[in-house]
Amino acid sequence: MAGSAAIRSKPASAKTAPKPIEKSSAGPLEFSRDQELSAYREMLAIRRFEEKAGQLYGMGLIGGFCHLYIGQEAVVIGMQMAMKPGDQVITAYRDHGHMLACGMAARGVMAELTGRGGGYSRGKGGSMHMFSKEKHFYGGHGIVGAQVSLGTGLAFANHYRNNGSVSMVYFGDGAANQGQVYESFNMAELWKLPVVYLIENNRYAMGTSVSRASSQTDFSKRGLAHGIPGEQVDGMDVRAVKAAGAKALEFARSGKGPYILEMQTYRYRGHSMSDPAKYRSKEEVQKMREEHDPIEQVRGRLLRGKIATEDDLKEIDAKVRAVVNEAAEFASHDPEPDPSELWTDITL
Amino acid sequence: MAINILMPALSPTMEQGKLSKWLKKTGDSIRSGDVIAEIETDKATMEVEAVDEGVLGSILIAEGTDNVPVNTPIAVILADGEDASAAPAPKAASAAPAPVAAPAVVTAPAALPAASAPASSEIPAGTEMISMSVREALRDAMAEEMRRDETVFVMGEEVAEYQGAYKVTQGLLAEFGPRRVIDTPITEHGFAGLGVGAAMTGLRPIVEFMTFNFAMQAIDHIINSAAKTLYMSGGQMGCPIVFRGPNGAASRVGAQHSQDYAAWYSAVPGLKVVAPYTAADYKGLLKSAIRDPNPVIFLENEILYGQSFEVPKLDDFTVPIGKARVHREGRHVTLVSFSIGITYCIKAADELAKEGIEAEIIDLRTIRPMDTETIIASVKKTGRCVAVEEGYPQCGVTAEIAMRVMEHAFDYLDAPVMRVTGKDVPMPYAANLEKLALPNVGEVIAAAKATLYR
Repeated sequence: MAGSAAIRSKPASAKTAPKPIEKSSAGPLEFSRDQELSAYREMLAIRRFEEKAGQLYGMGLIGGFCHLYIGQEAVVIGMQMAMKPGDQVITAYRDHGHMLACGMAARGVMAELTGRGGGYSRGKGGSMHMFSKEKHFYGGHGIVGAQVSLGTGLAFANHYRNNGSVSMVYFGDGAANQGQVYESFNMAELWKLPVVYLIENNRYAMGTSVSRASSQTDFSKRGLAHGIPGEQVDGMDVRAVKAAGAKALEFARSGKGPYILEMQTYRYRGHSMSDPAKYRSKEEVQKMREEHDPIEQVRGRLLRGKIATEDDLKEIDAKVRAVVNEAAEFASHDPEPDPSELWTDITL
Repeated sequence: MAINILMPALSPTMEQGKLSKWLKKTGDSIRSGDVIAEIETDKATMEVEAVDEGVLGSILIAEGTDNVPVNTPIAVILADGEDASAAPAPKAASAAPAPVAAPAVVTAPAALPAASAPASSEIPAGTEMISMSVREALRDAMAEEMRRDETVFVMGEEVAEYQGAYKVTQGLLAEFGPRRVIDTPITEHGFAGLGVGAAMTGLRPIVEFMTFNFAMQAIDHIINSAAKTLYMSGGQMGCPIVFRGPNGAASRVGAQHSQDYAAWYSAVPGLKVVAPYTAADYKGLLKSAIRDPNPVIFLENEILYGQSFEVPKLDDFTVPIGKARVHREGRHVTLVSFSIGITYCIKAADELAKEGIEAEIIDLRTIRPMDTETIIASVKKTGRCVAVEEGYPQCGVTAEIAMRVMEHAFDYLDAPVMRVTGKDVPMPYAANLEKLALPNVGEVIAAAKATLYR
């Protein structure tokens, strides 16, 4: 099923060395000027938001668990560019990027991180648990793999209503080993449900590298036993993501059933804020940043193609920072939820 | 030597059936494996195969006979050359040990006389009542709700083409088709999660577990995904779903298939937990559960499925969740229970009445939210309370009842609250041990008397 956007990786070899991410071929992947600018702006918005979240965590304003998406921005933005209004998104707990990509307001997300009344869940969900029916974002789930069955249920509902929407179900290389993933694959293919499974392979399930946890490290093949097609995608290249996403979404929307995209990506930060990431070398992270950074790739193309000047990009950066700063300001000063909130929203 | 053919038990809880058809007639020769008759239970029609060989000497039970008890001789097979007069008397079979021992507490299938219970406040005076089994009441509840709301669908193992493992969904596929009556693979974790996801979009799934024992595979989705999402989303995302199926001990099915989960689910905020006793309550509460915007755990009881009760003949009969019912009025001691636990209470109350003790029976019907008010009102009247359940004692529903009585009616108590529960052991298989593991009527009577210092 490998299309032009597919990247066939070499078989897993050395236990520690990450697989190189191959450069996508050009041509059909070319973005228009507006697409390049939009991808740049949206990815930068996630990066700056996450950097600010890390900062607020360090200041003690954000508590508990906080999983940053830095490095993986091209995955959600590429998919966002490929999806249609009404398509649903569901993911695990590394979810800030997905929410921003869905169009949820930065201040509402940030205020939830700080546990304030103005947060998306009125302070009762936290970093891992936010939802927006309006933006078709279904969480925000803290149990590894649970979102795969839930997201298959979203697809079931689309199928039941025959509404033409597709459910986009994100999960990591770690969740890909959970049993319920395969229970869901089975039903999705059996009933030809409109769902695209996006396996964000960032190479580490918490501190365990893919090769130490997975007998089959080519996650695009994880649906083969059920007859679900899949392909590997350079998840650091927003154009490759968008192209593969469009194809997969079209496949699912046309009634052919589920499709799997293994997004080969990388997280720069630790698993959560308390993770010093001793299980990988600094050089490995550095090499990724220098050679594959999703934002730098677009930035390079914008400058080289004279689509934008340094000044233009500075202006975009300033605007993005202003939104993030405003969100942080709001999230730092918005009051905590009223004590009466303890007893609301338990049942309807 | 002539051999009696006995009415076979076709399921662990079958006590009787209809001999619907003889496929052999007197004088026919019978070989091992021949289908000789068809038997109809409340669940299915089954073929009876011969085990012994010979000639069909006589038919003891005519075809079309209803309510033939298990182990009744239904025909006699003669060895070659034997005369019909050699047939053993039918009573010979009754000496044989029963292959399926019904638990001592299982009530006769006869309907509970509706007159013994004060009319439920949900049923208007003068309403025509019809006799209906719990199984039929559940099916009718689902069918009625599916007719009135297109977003309601039922899914689970064997719910469609097989007509339900316990025949609760009988006929639904024919009326509503495979889009809304969905056979799932045997993957409880997966399809429970799928149901919850569908419910988050506003559909109203009824997820049937073949038994709640199997829901252990899915308990993460029931609790972490279904029960908590409304809270975690600040009220944005509800989950209108019903998880239903038989719960608790059936009969002789061993430890992994005999557990009461009422206390487990009732411990979780965000869930409603319903466990009715009468067919009317099963019907009215299931309809309410399907309409409820929250996840509802609907605990049924396999032994009650085949029992019949009076059900009001109303177009749209519902019973509110969270409201207990006074099943029988009395002034000396309050017996509180739910689901099959009520059967122990009724028998105990009958016995106690012979000694002049009037027991009041409170059928909780809903475990969460628990109708504390109705319990307390009764205890204030009687001053004594016995709580009864089949579940385990530690952190059980009865422990919760005792605590609530202490919190709200301590000064009204004339004796400590007593409880009668399942024993603190995995359910054994042996008939005698299983009987010991379950509560029994004698224990309820003894506890009630203890509160009366008698």
